[in-house]
Amino acid sequence: MKTFNLNATWNSVKRSIYKFSRNKISVVGFFMVLFVVIVAIFAPFLAPYPKHAGAFVDYKNASQPPSLAHPFGTDVFGRDILSRVMFAFRGALIMGLGVIAMIVPIGVFVGLIAGYYRGTWIDTVIMRITDIFITLPALILALAVAALLRPTLFNSMMAVAFAWWPWYARLTYGMASSVRNEVFVQAAETTGASKAHIIFKEILPNCLAPIFTKMALEIGWVILVGATLSFVGLGEQPPTPALGTMVSDGAKYLPHQWWISLFPALAIMFIILAFNLFGDGVRDMLTTEEV
Amino acid sequence: MSLLSFLARRLALAIVVLIGLSILLFLIARVLPGDPARIALGPRAPEYAVEALRKQMNLDKPLYTQYYLWISSLLKGDLGMSLLSRRPVQDDVKEYFPATFEEVLLAAIILSVGGIGLGILAAKYSNSWLDGIVRIFAYLGIVTPAFVWAIMLLLIFGYWVPIFPIQGRISPGVTLPPVITGMLTLDSLLTGNWVAFWDTLKHLILPSLALAMAPMAQAARIMRSSMCSDLGADHVAALTAYGVPENRILTKYLSRLSLIPTISIMSLDIISLFAAAFVVELVFNFPGLSRYGMQAILNKDLNAISGVLLIFGVLFTLITILIDLIVAYLDPRIRLQRKSI
Repeated sequence: MKTFNLNATWNSVKRSIYKFSRNKISVVGFFMVLFVVIVAIFAPFLAPYPKHAGAFVDYKNASQPPSLAHPFGTDVFGRDILSRVMFAFRGALIMGLGVIAMIVPIGVFVGLIAGYYRGTWIDTVIMRITDIFITLPALILALAVAALLRPTLFNSMMAVAFAWWPWYARLTYGMASSVRNEVFVQAAETTGASKAHIIFKEILPNCLAPIFTKMALEIGWVILVGATLSFVGLGEQPPTPALGTMVSDGAKYLPHQWWISLFPALAIMFIILAFNLFGDGVRDMLTTEEV
Repeated sequence: MSLLSFLARRLALAIVVLIGLSILLFLIARVLPGDPARIALGPRAPEYAVEALRKQMNLDKPLYTQYYLWISSLLKGDLGMSLLSRRPVQDDVKEYFPATFEEVLLAAIILSVGGIGLGILAAKYSNSWLDGIVRIFAYLGIVTPAFVWAIMLLLIFGYWVPIFPIQGRISPGVTLPPVITGMLTLDSLLTGNWVAFWDTLKHLILPSLALAMAPMAQAARIMRSSMCSDLGADHVAALTAYGVPENRILTKYLSRLSLIPTISIMSLDIISLFAAAFVVELVFNFPGLSRYGMQAILNKDLNAISGVLLIFGVLFTLITILIDLIVAYLDPRIRLQRKSI
């Protein structure tokens, strides 16, 4: 039975923060992520032209190059690209966080079961199924599934989740199958603990650090795949802005109206870079080696 | 365990996984879209025509019968008709695959030479400004989606400094080389057609570069970190003590050792090249198998989707096994261990 010690908890939080902040680049990543989240949440208040995030048309100001009034320029309908990018951060964040939230419980659960029943037919069946899914890269599988569903943000998230969960199952399986042989698991078994107790109370807590690390590192990749889906038109549909769609729409007007696709492209790079730097920091923080 | 029995085991496992993949793709193509016959004929076709096609496509039979019919014709080399091209899918695959193959091959060369070279440079001058530049480039490479690279390269080298063509495989005025392998660069080289060789190579460079950028950055990072950690090893200190020049240590002794982790992830890299090609070929309008697959996906061309994806699945499985064999061969620790057991 664990007793809750406030002081010890606070100390470990302090140590984690210290470990994270040791690397200045991770701190920069943290503030970049914070920036993206704030912009996404408060887009209606922060965007210079909130109305331009929808089906807005102003042909008088169409295809304007970057200026003070429109720092990122305007698109062919005369909509402010900066405002649209700010609103598009919302879809990108929902994509990244939503997919991770969908696949982690499924993947971890499946991996735990396979790890617990290591060496039995349950293990074999589950792990061969994950092998089948990862034969094709997540991007290809997600494209195929997304194409056969109606193109919406939610369906594109489902498609990415469908292709991505096996990686969490495999990671958890690797951890769980080695933790399963530890002495404390055997001790729990000897005292007659239930299977559920062993799987969730004994094995799971010892698998969490790499799972959290992988989550933090992968939000950026999920956003990248999501942007690729919306680039080919399989994500959020117009007039709602999506970063990938904005890049592909602007590509038709290259090279003269380069700003239409260049700034959304830079925004994609910014958001993925933010989560990557942040993820590196989380990895350093959760790595067990002591300071 | 000898290398041969290792190979046999891997192949047996691969067959099981590929059968599973065929079931998965069959289910995706049959269950998700609702009614394949309706998709084939479009929303305005009359109901009796859809009904007739449904019978013709065996959609009225139970799912396992449909799978059996599909897989048995597939084993005879028949992937069904493509809705889009109105030709057998296997003919389309034969026509489009060589283009993607030569593009990915060039990308793989760029990625290995660039990644390994940059990695060695960064390790040699570690913690200098050169290392910093390589690190920034590595981060940029990793966080930039392939389609963004494609658009940026198109903008810079296709429009602003127009030194490369912006689409297709060959310029309109250039005579096509006769089909030998289907790879235009190789065919024109074999027939001594230098004009066509140069022209087709120029068409390949931007798409291949767009594909190679992200994995190249990653390879450089892995190469650097594995070299830096090996630099502190005892045998390197011994070599330095014997007076072996630093460059020789780096290029001859260390790079070979550090190559192993870089090559181990190479199979993932090459597979990701084919995947990224789905979008990059679309941007450059490059008529390869990946663009064909992408168009099949966008047009819900079910036979073409499952055919192309299954062929890629077989290809990726073989690549993975091949790279594992190369690593096992290169790494004496793995090779000798196998022999001793």
